[in-house]
Amino acid sequence: MFDFSTITNWIDELLRSCMAPWAVVLVEGLIIGVLLLLVYALIALALIYAERKICAFFQCRYGPNRVGPLGLMQPIADMFKMLIKEIITIKDSDKFLYGLAPFLVIISSMLTFGCMPFGKGLLTLDFNIGVFFIMAVSSIGVLGILLAGWSSNNKFTLIGAMRSGAQMISYELSIGLSILSVVVYAGTMQTSQIIAAQENAWFLFSGHIPMMIAFIIYLIAGTAETNRGPFDLPEAESELTAGYHTEYSGMHFGFYYLAEYLNMFIVSGIASLLFLGGWMPLHIAGWEAFNTVMDYIPSVVWFFMKTAIIMFIIMWFKWTFPRLRIDQLIKFEWKYLLPIGLFNLLLVTLMVVFGWHF
Amino acid sequence: MSNLSLLVVVFITGVSLVAAALAMAKLLAPRTFNPQKGEPYECGIPTRGGSWMQFRVGYYLFAILFLMFDVETVFLFPWAIKVRDMGPEALISVSFFFGVLVLGLAYAWKKGALEWK
Repeated sequence: MFDFSTITNWIDELLRSCMAPWAVVLVEGLIIGVLLLLVYALIALALIYAERKICAFFQCRYGPNRVGPLGLMQPIADMFKMLIKEIITIKDSDKFLYGLAPFLVIISSMLTFGCMPFGKGLLTLDFNIGVFFIMAVSSIGVLGILLAGWSSNNKFTLIGAMRSGAQMISYELSIGLSILSVVVYAGTMQTSQIIAAQENAWFLFSGHIPMMIAFIIYLIAGTAETNRGPFDLPEAESELTAGYHTEYSGMHFGFYYLAEYLNMFIVSGIASLLFLGGWMPLHIAGWEAFNTVMDYIPSVVWFFMKTAIIMFIIMWFKWTFPRLRIDQLIKFEWKYLLPIGLFNLLLVTLMVVFGWHF
Repeated sequence: MSNLSLLVVVFITGVSLVAAALAMAKLLAPRTFNPQKGEPYECGIPTRGGSWMQFRVGYYLFAILFLMFDVETVFLFPWAIKVRDMGPEALISVSFFFGVLVLGLAYAWKKGALEWK
């Protein structure tokens, strides 16, 4: 399996040999920043196209097929259109908070994006509190959404933001509990070590039924966290026009659009990191030939394949289930997911303590 | 590079993404003035009264419940790392904490705090 850290180490040594230490840090920071921005934008464009195509096929339509071959230029045209639209500020809005909100939303998604294990050795942020850090920064996004709704001075946005806040903080508990069960099982919070622990079998398979329950809880709560699918109450078009970002126009709105798609990628990425082994190939203990063949597939392909499958499932949710009512949403979290999650955490702990797993 | 400087790099990347896109929009987008554009959107009719109004207390209640459980999850993380090494002892000692927590949830449930009326 190719280790990308050989490339990064080589670049590092090359820079060190011809520059002062502070310049090395500067240049490396610049390279990392530009690469992250590029991947971020590319994933967003690809996701916008994929979402529109998949949605069209679910509804027996063709989807975008006019701009470029197969409509492939559609997201680029969309992006350009968004850039040349006027940014309107509402008369009595709180100007400072109104401008600050998109920053918070994008920063939160960018910081979580930096924790994604794209491949072997392709991990930007690898703290020893990795998963905990992901949980902490991803909750900054709620703040951005609440501020956006509050500062716009519009009743629709306020209701949308309140609903979104209630929904996101409620479902964050379930995400926390399922992440906690993975931490109990792995015995570490560091992203790279969680992946290394799944070398022989992914947690979804080696953890028996408790891990599968945790995975399903994570998927449901993750869908709710991205304000998508059956949980899109905050921007229920038929009642709230566009929810918390009603008053944002042009590129300002574009940030929310971007963050929504990227959050879907991030949620799927974390799911594949925690339960499906991140970039780890599918290994079955004892099947040496099979494992060697699987090792030939690059780690980047593995990560993006798993993430794409989970993203497809999340999109599938959206076009299959009708939207929930707010009382059903709250009831579902607090009376079903949370108690099941707590009980499941106990089960995982029992399993780990008494060694009932391979 | 150390982890902390990487964190700063990623943070700056996020900020510069928003700032650069906004600057580009400033250059490319038209800017016209019209008092009607500044009105908050409310399906075409003028807004009546202020928008920053009183809000239902239900959201507040759930925020408090969330706070309780979230702080609890934070406390459980250090335990979660060590439980494999410490064995049954760790499970027993945390089960008291866990029990109090489940009792709290049961109390809120019984009191009807989890209903959306």
